[in-house]
Amino acid sequence: MDMRSKVLTGVALASMLLAAACGSDTPPPLGASAPPTSAASIDPAKVTGTVTVLTNRTDLVTDGTMEKYATEFKKTYPDVTVKFEGVTDYEGEVKIRMNTENYGDVLLIPNTIGKEDYPKFFEPLGSAADLDKKYVYTSKSNVGGTIYGIPGFSSVNGFVYNKGVWEKAGIADWPTTPDEFLADLQAIKDKGGAVPYYTNYKDGWPLTAWTSALGSPSCDAKATDNLATDLEPWKAGGDLHIADTLLYNIVNRKLSEADPTTTNWEDSKSQLATGKIATMWLGSWSIVQMQDAAKQAGQDPSVIGYMPFPAQKDGKYCTMVTPDYLYAVNIHSENKPAARAWLEWMVEKSGFAETNQAISSVAGAPLPTALQPYSDAGVEFVELSQAETGKFNKIDNESEVGMNKPDYRQKLIDIARGAGSGDLNGLFSELTTKWADTVKMSG
Amino acid sequence: MAITPLTARTRKSFEPQHAAPPQRKWRRLTPWLYLLVPLAFLVTFTYVPVANMISYSFTDWDGFSPEKQYVGLDNYAQLFTRPELFQVFYVSLFYLVASLLQIALALYFATVLSFNMRFRNFFKGVLFFPYLLNGVAVAFVFLYLFQPGGTLDSVLALFGIDNKILWLGDPDLVNVSLSGVSVWRFLGLNFVLFLGAIQSVPSEIHEAAELDGATRPQVFWHVILPSIRPIISLSVILGITGSLSVFEIPWIMTGGSGESKTFVIQTIKLAFQFNKMGLASAAAVVLLVAILLIAWVQRRLIPDEVTAGSR
Repeated sequence: MDMRSKVLTGVALASMLLAAACGSDTPPPLGASAPPTSAASIDPAKVTGTVTVLTNRTDLVTDGTMEKYATEFKKTYPDVTVKFEGVTDYEGEVKIRMNTENYGDVLLIPNTIGKEDYPKFFEPLGSAADLDKKYVYTSKSNVGGTIYGIPGFSSVNGFVYNKGVWEKAGIADWPTTPDEFLADLQAIKDKGGAVPYYTNYKDGWPLTAWTSALGSPSCDAKATDNLATDLEPWKAGGDLHIADTLLYNIVNRKLSEADPTTTNWEDSKSQLATGKIATMWLGSWSIVQMQDAAKQAGQDPSVIGYMPFPAQKDGKYCTMVTPDYLYAVNIHSENKPAARAWLEWMVEKSGFAETNQAISSVAGAPLPTALQPYSDAGVEFVELSQAETGKFNKIDNESEVGMNKPDYRQKLIDIARGAGSGDLNGLFSELTTKWADTVKMSG
Repeated sequence: MAITPLTARTRKSFEPQHAAPPQRKWRRLTPWLYLLVPLAFLVTFTYVPVANMISYSFTDWDGFSPEKQYVGLDNYAQLFTRPELFQVFYVSLFYLVASLLQIALALYFATVLSFNMRFRNFFKGVLFFPYLLNGVAVAFVFLYLFQPGGTLDSVLALFGIDNKILWLGDPDLVNVSLSGVSVWRFLGLNFVLFLGAIQSVPSEIHEAAELDGATRPQVFWHVILPSIRPIISLSVILGITGSLSVFEIPWIMTGGSGESKTFVIQTIKLAFQFNKMGLASAAAVVLLVAILLIAWVQRRLIPDEVTAGSR
């Protein structure tokens, strides 16, 4: 995901310094029931060693931002040296490196690693009962009551849009149903000058974001968990059915780009910023990048808006909060206290989440400014339960459906634009059969 | 490559045959000493991984877990009972046709350029140049060429053709476009192979044929074509095996979306997207066997020796 790139500027430094100023003066709490590896209970001056950190943010390693974090960290922990290793194809490479013992001291848990395998690879960070007092959104790595990873930050999902274009088409309020949303896109199309929706079909991964619409229409925290035993994930009225049908209709009514096979992610950012593209469905992590693109194009970054999935439950929008990569400590690490110290500092004190307009994992931390409209509009933030993620991923891989892979949505788009054989219901029933067979087999 | 056996044979006949017995022992050993390092590399980086792959194909390994279970022939059984996994070979037909076209074109250019003509070397360079380009760069260049309103559309618009063709977006066209790129890229290699072979035909034969009053087409059919048959058959083998294992160009240009998924792309997706390393290894083994089989059948049908003997 090196595409989620190019952020931190002066704001980063300011918030870092601020965070450090608060952090360095407060004595570390003397934890009573902290596990042996917890750095929080140890005097920072006594933590020593070299920590290698694996990160997917190659851009932050090369532009020296990571080094600045390390310098800040050193003020609290003078005897710890932090080294960074940026990995371009993070998912692919780290997964393979985990066959050895040499996969850094602190790393981001690759998404393909099944939850049940966490105890084999990562150092336990403590019991859920203890850590949940300090952190939020930890359930993703909760294996039998023990936490193995803390999310660097969390995001919500929604449509990132160009406010100017939407306003010019005469739309004042967020649509509340998929049909309203389609009508709005049609209005933008009729107005001309902008592609109402951009699929990012060629790059593929942005399409996987559609799976995170799961839970929004039904406002169900267990939307993903339920799929692990659901024989009909695409039943009419279900979340996946609503989301995928919306995508189908967008493409089918020609409200998306003319040739999806030649889309370009990097380019799409500036096109959204300059109003050539009106809307894209992406995680909230994308907001900073779009604002950045707007600045580069000489636009006011406030032109970038963000709206929830057009569906309401009891008159309220819902958005699922999903954690980004989890920070974890390698179980084979030789400097576990130092690694642990970096992990905690990064989550609590670095200000990384604020800088990226993301939701911090620290309990009680304020929402980022970019999501202010969400709380103003009374959007409900629901933590997506990850209790069955392991089983869900297993079924997903085993059945080759690929909920988190672009393939089936590319097929859906092909069908919608008349370039693929079959129809939408045929595709749904094909996917349902694959899914149901695997669910039945895994009992 | 057709030249190698010929030169090797000639050199052998000139070799001194009078070496003394103790020296002979060393002489037998020396080549192996030289070969030690390259052989070590070959074994470590080619044969060991292949052996590993074959062993993975009998397991249910997911590619990273420390544990893997032996599942016998399960993966192979799965592979052969799921027709959709073999349907992708249909895409290879496009590349097969394209590679035959490529051989014909290369042969044509090689023959024309083997005669004396103006700007000969310039044209040779032009034809060979695409092969020197990095495959990734080629794919990117063509990505821009095929974009709506891209280079190709603008050029066509100059000739009044302006009907918004989606070169990569149209499912009936995408494989034609992609195999076209492949022809553009590999034409140069075939061309150089053919040119080398044609130029190795002794000029006396040419002269004799010309003295006998043979026309250019006659020279081609009766002198050039028979002399370069081994290299043509090699090109056909490379063409067939290449079209079964197409990867680079469609992977970068479309990522295997739409109708452009090839067998290798499918294997990659099985291995790294769905974490089915065992099944993917089995698929890779099947592809390897298929290619070896085709090469073997082809060698049986058109043995090199016959052509060499008829010369």
